[in-house]
Amino acid sequence: MTVEGILQILLVLILMFLFGIPLGRYIYTIFSLQHSRMDRLFMPVERFLYRLIGVDSSVSMDWKAYLRALMLVNFVMLLFAYLIFRLQGRLPLNPDKIPGMSPALAFNTAASFITNTNWQNYAGETSMSYLGQMLGITFLQFTSAATGLVAAIAFVRAIVRSKTDNLGNFWVDIIRAHTRLLLPMSFLLACVLVALGVPETLQGAAIVHTLSGDVQVIARGPVASLEAIKQLGTNGGGFFNANSAHPFEDPTALTCVLEILAMGVTATGLIWTLGLFLKNRKQAIVLYVFLTAILMLGTFIIYGNEAAGNPLVHQAFGIHGPNMEGKEVRFGIPLTSLFTAATTAYTTGAVNAMHDSLMPISGLVPLLFMMFNVIFGGKGVGLLNILMFLIITVFLSGLMVGRTPEIFGKKIEAREVKLATVAMLVHPFVILVPTAIAIATQVGRASILNPGLHGFTEVLYAFTSAAANNGSAFAGLNGNTEFYNLVLGVVMLLGRYISILAMFAIAGSMILKPIIPASEGTLRTDTFSFGGVFVAVFVIVGALTFFPFLAIGPIGEQLQMMHTVSHIVH
Amino acid sequence: MVNIIRSIRFTIVFAVILGIFYPLAVLGIGQWFFPWQANGSLVTFHHHKVGSMLIAQAVNQPGLFQPRPSAVQYNADGSGGSNLGPTNPALLKEIQQNIQKIEKQNPNIPIQEIPTSMVESSASGLDPDITLRDAQLQISRIAQVTGLSKNWLEQLIKKDTIHPTFGIWGVPMLNVMQLNLAIEKKLQNSKE
Repeated sequence: MTVEGILQILLVLILMFLFGIPLGRYIYTIFSLQHSRMDRLFMPVERFLYRLIGVDSSVSMDWKAYLRALMLVNFVMLLFAYLIFRLQGRLPLNPDKIPGMSPALAFNTAASFITNTNWQNYAGETSMSYLGQMLGITFLQFTSAATGLVAAIAFVRAIVRSKTDNLGNFWVDIIRAHTRLLLPMSFLLACVLVALGVPETLQGAAIVHTLSGDVQVIARGPVASLEAIKQLGTNGGGFFNANSAHPFEDPTALTCVLEILAMGVTATGLIWTLGLFLKNRKQAIVLYVFLTAILMLGTFIIYGNEAAGNPLVHQAFGIHGPNMEGKEVRFGIPLTSLFTAATTAYTTGAVNAMHDSLMPISGLVPLLFMMFNVIFGGKGVGLLNILMFLIITVFLSGLMVGRTPEIFGKKIEAREVKLATVAMLVHPFVILVPTAIAIATQVGRASILNPGLHGFTEVLYAFTSAAANNGSAFAGLNGNTEFYNLVLGVVMLLGRYISILAMFAIAGSMILKPIIPASEGTLRTDTFSFGGVFVAVFVIVGALTFFPFLAIGPIGEQLQMMHTVSHIVH
Repeated sequence: MVNIIRSIRFTIVFAVILGIFYPLAVLGIGQWFFPWQANGSLVTFHHHKVGSMLIAQAVNQPGLFQPRPSAVQYNADGSGGSNLGPTNPALLKEIQQNIQKIEKQNPNIPIQEIPTSMVESSASGLDPDITLRDAQLQISRIAQVTGLSKNWLEQLIKKDTIHPTFGIWGVPMLNVMQLNLAIEKKLQNSKE
């Protein structure tokens, strides 16, 4: 680690807050439905869209109506994308003559993109037509991000409103999320990305005759438009197989910085939005301090391990230097480390280095971040997870000090605690059980690339990534088999929707409760000591649940590696 | 039922806006203002398209700079890394083969001076850049094969070094295509 390297990382994080906080304020104005100067620009467009879709914007919805609309439209979009992927071979905009996907792969891909996971069992350049990239992938990258966002907003409304059952109007919210936030931001970022070298063309692959006289087929396409929402919507599913490591997706160190900012800026902003809704900025600041500290800690662990390099390589050949296997020169180790930590903290899942080739302890960091699933987290759902863990923390602290637990002035009772526990337990359940099944069966083990404990980590990583709706991979694992396509697809759906269902059920009872004014006896959630307990809760829950698996995986591999190195020395 | 129809209408309307209009709008801006970048940063030499500035290609001539090793043989239609884990014996074997190749091409380099980036495969398999040290180690070979002076090559490296953005982000590095085009042009001029 060098001072310059640390500075590279810190400067990006400072920029993250410089952009994130004003964005959080803007998101607040969008969803508190206040009148703003922007209305004159957006209102006519939105009214036109309401008419096209048949939305009555004056209707208010309780939690069941809101949830029903959300689930239905998600289901319809899932079917739509499935059909596109199956039929892309016969549809237009397919200059490279790419065939349709198999049913299992099409299901996996549709489930992956509707859940904002973006796990990819296909290689973009050879298995996805331009139409598939646009109408399937880019489309769902917007709508899945918007879905997560409005789910979080609805929950926050349930906290701050009382004696009503009105969570807002789902259709109005999801349309405004596009017109006022995702679409303008993506358009702007996409144009900047093109200027910096990301292609945007409908011409098929370029065929060139290289300086050595060979023929090289260079895949390209409408990359920039996808890349922008891929990052901004914390999606992560790349146009190309190599994702953000591909020079066409991420051509320079500057685009790398922009892509890191793009994936974190909304999650960062949303915590500020929460603070504004609660009229309690300190709550946002407390969360910022702890979450940023964990993000930085993870980044520096990766940075330190990768910069030190692979001791086995030093030992065997006497060459020294950072671990460059599966990395690109232009990003440098510091930005690569930050990208790796950020993509799992913000549950984006884009990668600009191959996580499978990270040093064992570096690979542990993204795994842990996905297991926690609350280090800022993905579009909206990250905030939902944070709120879920806050409820659990309030409950536990309430037990410890013998007070009725309450959060943001609302009593937490048996129903909420039960539902929050369901939301919390789904995550380890859909990771650990399928991992065990995969390891116990021949079909599960056959897909593993690397031998030994690392191979186990590949499987664990896959299910963790699917459950956290992250989408990054230890990509040595061959996921394009019937077994992994189906099981990962189901895990992604369960990981996404069970916790959304549970959180909406909590919202439904929370919104009816009166707000109790804070008194001497109130357990404050906006203090640093409470923040510390919050971190302790999700770390302990994470550690207790996942530790045995981590011990067999990356921790075991690290110990084996140290053992081998010390053996050769003696 | 109303919600089902509304969901279908939403899907169709937004699929068209987000999946067609939006990419086409970016396409319009890109092709109008940045046509070179938007089409893949392709470079022409002798009136032929010879590759992309951003995509590494296999270099067989010893008189040109070599890019980093590629796990996909520089297949620009199938990017990817090796995905070999740090403790996989296959990784050590791959690195050993790369070291042997480097040693064969550049006989006088001490092994411990080889940077890891020169013998470890890139993430995309298409990394267009190499580190300064990597380029410097290739100078003697290129000078010997092409007859270009070491001094000229050193100046070329100095001139073409890509510095970190705003002096902060990234590492000093060199684009292989840029270097090789400069060499080809120089050789052509000296022939004429």
